Amino acid sequence: MMIRKLAVTVFLLALGTMAWAQGSGPVLVNGAGATFPDPIYSKWFDEYHKAHPAIQINYQSVGSGAGIRQLLSGTVDFGASDGPMSLEQLAQAKIKVLHFPTVLGAALPTYNIPGVSQELNFTPEALAGIFLGTIAKWNAPALARANPGVNLPAKDIVVIHRSDGSGTTYIWTDYLSKVSEAWRTKVGKGTSVNWPVGLGGKGNEGVAGLIKQTPNSIGYVELIYAVQNKLPYGRVRNAAGNFIRADLPSVSAAAAAAAKSMPDDFRVSITNAEGKNAYPISSFTWLLVPARIQDPRKREAITGFLRWMLKDGQKYAEPLAYAPLPREVIEKEMKAIAQVQ
Amino acid sequence: MNYRMEWRKAVNAVMLTLTGVCALLAVSVLFFILGYLVWHGGRALNWEFFTQLPKPVGEAGGGMANAILGSAKLLLVAALVGVPIGFFGGIYLAEFGGRTFAFLVRYTTDLLNGVPSIVIGIFAYSALVLPFRHFSTLAGAIALGLMMIPITLRSTEEFLRLVPRALREGALALGASKWKTILTVVVPAAYRGVLTAVLLAMARVAGETAPLLFTAFNNRFWSPGWSQPTASLPVMIYTYAIAPYEDWHRQAWAAGLVLLGLVLITNMVARGVLARGMSAQRS
Amino acid sequence: MATAAIPVKHAGPGWGLRALARRLRNGDEIAHLFTLVFAASVILITSLLVYELWVNSALARHKFGLSFLFTRVWDPIFDQFGALPFVYGTLVTSAVALVIAVPVGLGAAIFLAELAPPKISGALAFVIDLLAAVPSVIYGLLGIFVVVPLLREYVQPFLKATLGFLPLFQGPIYGVGFLAAGVVLAVMVVPFIISVSREVLLGVPGDQREAALALGATRWEATWKVVVPYARTGILGSIFLALARALGETMAVTMVIGNNPQISASLFAPGYSIAAVIANEFSEATGDLYLHALVELGLVLFLLTFILNGLARLLILATTQRGVGQE
Repeated sequence: MMIRKLAVTVFLLALGTMAWAQGSGPVLVNGAGATFPDPIYSKWFDEYHKAHPAIQINYQSVGSGAGIRQLLSGTVDFGASDGPMSLEQLAQAKIKVLHFPTVLGAALPTYNIPGVSQELNFTPEALAGIFLGTIAKWNAPALARANPGVNLPAKDIVVIHRSDGSGTTYIWTDYLSKVSEAWRTKVGKGTSVNWPVGLGGKGNEGVAGLIKQTPNSIGYVELIYAVQNKLPYGRVRNAAGNFIRADLPSVSAAAAAAAKSMPDDFRVSITNAEGKNAYPISSFTWLLVPARIQDPRKREAITGFLRWMLKDGQKYAEPLAYAPLPREVIEKEMKAIAQVQ
Repeated sequence: MNYRMEWRKAVNAVMLTLTGVCALLAVSVLFFILGYLVWHGGRALNWEFFTQLPKPVGEAGGGMANAILGSAKLLLVAALVGVPIGFFGGIYLAEFGGRTFAFLVRYTTDLLNGVPSIVIGIFAYSALVLPFRHFSTLAGAIALGLMMIPITLRSTEEFLRLVPRALREGALALGASKWKTILTVVVPAAYRGVLTAVLLAMARVAGETAPLLFTAFNNRFWSPGWSQPTASLPVMIYTYAIAPYEDWHRQAWAAGLVLLGLVLITNMVARGVLARGMSAQRS
Repeated sequence: MATAAIPVKHAGPGWGLRALARRLRNGDEIAHLFTLVFAASVILITSLLVYELWVNSALARHKFGLSFLFTRVWDPIFDQFGALPFVYGTLVTSAVALVIAVPVGLGAAIFLAELAPPKISGALAFVIDLLAAVPSVIYGLLGIFVVVPLLREYVQPFLKATLGFLPLFQGPIYGVGFLAAGVVLAVMVVPFIISVSREVLLGVPGDQREAALALGATRWEATWKVVVPYARTGILGSIFLALARALGETMAVTMVIGNNPQISASLFAPGYSIAAVIANEFSEATGDLYLHALVELGLVLFLLTFILNGLARLLILATTQRGVGQE
């Protein structure tokens, strides 16, 4: 490794045309990860740049899996993920990684069925069946029973999932694993899984794009993507037995229970949450920040952003269909920022 | 007998027409692509596109100014990497090369030429991104530069070989040393051809996306210096095309039009240079 | 060239320190060494590339061995990796591409080389060269927004209705999938087939053609039964070249193939190709084994294109040298 690094360095110097430009000038912080919160992150980083012109935070929504991987290999300054890193991943990591929840979101079943404009109801069993491939037609009994009065076509269901490693997938499969034994044993949960059926789209954008272009399709996206693209989406039956539509109150309701018992490392799953009005496929989304940041300017930029995000940034959440963090969580996080050294 | 002759004539006419249809089909694809891009991209092209940074996800407006500059930076360094290696390597093959070693160089050059661009991307990531812990403009540019080497090298060799022997012998007979002959007689006689090859190589890598995905990465802002990620036109087209936003699609078309326009114009200029260069050599 | 080589080939009694000093003084040896360094760097870079691929795929190679190529599970959660769906997708899409591109490309090449007047032939060949220069991401863009909707709305329902008894054209219609990727690839490789085949055909000596015509063959018969067979190895070479290009194509395929690692007899089904899976998953593979499996895919792709390119060059060389030999 040393020799190769040396060789490459010599090669670069031999070019003699440019030096690594560093030192003065604007601070550029690079982050990568989840696509789920990309709409609000890009808004935040844009606003933060306007407020602090010397700081540019370049966030690329390449998927939660990529966020974790690139953070661990040190090619980005921070990562972002919708699924907390597993204990195994944390143990393997050479650096200590802190989780900071930023907002709450929801993954929801969105579909494109020509001729059906009603909001569909999905039972957990129906969702698991569709994504396992055991329910293959839109007029299958499991779907028809939950949707009386809707004229479901006798067409094949086109399942669309993420092709990249994704936190949205993590939330979705985390939920399916909780509600379906078959799913848990056959597929499991993770940022990318071995899908039994379907087409892959890259990113929340890619899935939403594919659904828009494919008749009789169903997929899962983060709330904002369905809202922005005016995709119809269904209600999901929660643990209390009510069909709940994903929106800010129902996502906040899911978070309310978790807020009081938030663990110190903020790694918590709130899918299939208790509560009469809780939307069952909700989740926090996290920024993954290394506990040690060598470059003091980058450290300042990141911690400064975290404080701004918790204080001023939360007001941007609701217009973009994310639920803001519960107050208890914000207070807890403010204290945790000091751990970044 | 007569009937058979008629049949053969009919087959002749039908098949010849079919080949013409094939040619027409192939050629019309280019015009279709151009027309489609002009139609969709032209409407989205405006001043903002060339001067503004991208807007946050889902907000309309904004442009790709950083991607245009990024592509230019990438190409500049790519040429700085690819052209010297290709050019001097080509001189070696045409003027100095022995048997075995020259064969080996030629062979690996062809091998490198056939390496899929995504594999170049893997290579650049593990050799230039991981050790430095940076996605960087430089890494992306070097990846593109590597892809320029084979074209530049083989064309330089070819065009140097085309230089008439009489020219060299004349110079040598006048007592010039070999390297002086190469420098003052051979290279000037072939420079148009070499220039063409360099332009064509740049046009080719200008549209490459795969090697940039995990080297130059992408950037929402201007990329300061060379050690930071940068946006580039091809990667922007890719990201915008697979997204669900109408406005992004419009911009993807616009970026496609700009990229295709640049590539085609470079090709036409280059081939024009070549045509003139060749006739000058012949005269 | 023969004269140029004289100062370098220094066999004979003049070979000694003094001679070396003289050559160094007049700069030839320095120029030689200087250019040699650049030429050698090509070998260095390529070896480094192969080395990186080899080293960074070690875990996967050791764990799965050759069975990597024949396993169809790709499961990052349970750390099981098999390349079969990707190899399959790569081969099927390339095959579809060739089935479409070879007849069209060959037909166009025949027209350009044998029928069209030189001026028109030159102009059309110029356009074809431009077509070859269109970046692949632009083909992908048109693939998503033109080819896929067209296939989904018209072509695939038509194929299903008429040829639906074949397993190739059964199953649900998605638009994206093997067929879409194959069609886009076909458009991309046609220019390669045309321009190489045209050159090869133009290289066929005129007397072959004239002899056939003199014997009373029609224009088509002379072309199809004499000229094309004469040039067949070169044409085959152009097809291999096109195949190598199709196998390694990344962006356009990624955008339209559907990105699902499954093996299906139906061309309507979504699939995955080697290059596409690397493009999608390389930056995010979380485990070491996962990453090494992806690099091994890159290695497989490298070897495939390496073999095909070599074959193609040999074939083209064989034909053109024969043409030259007869001049």
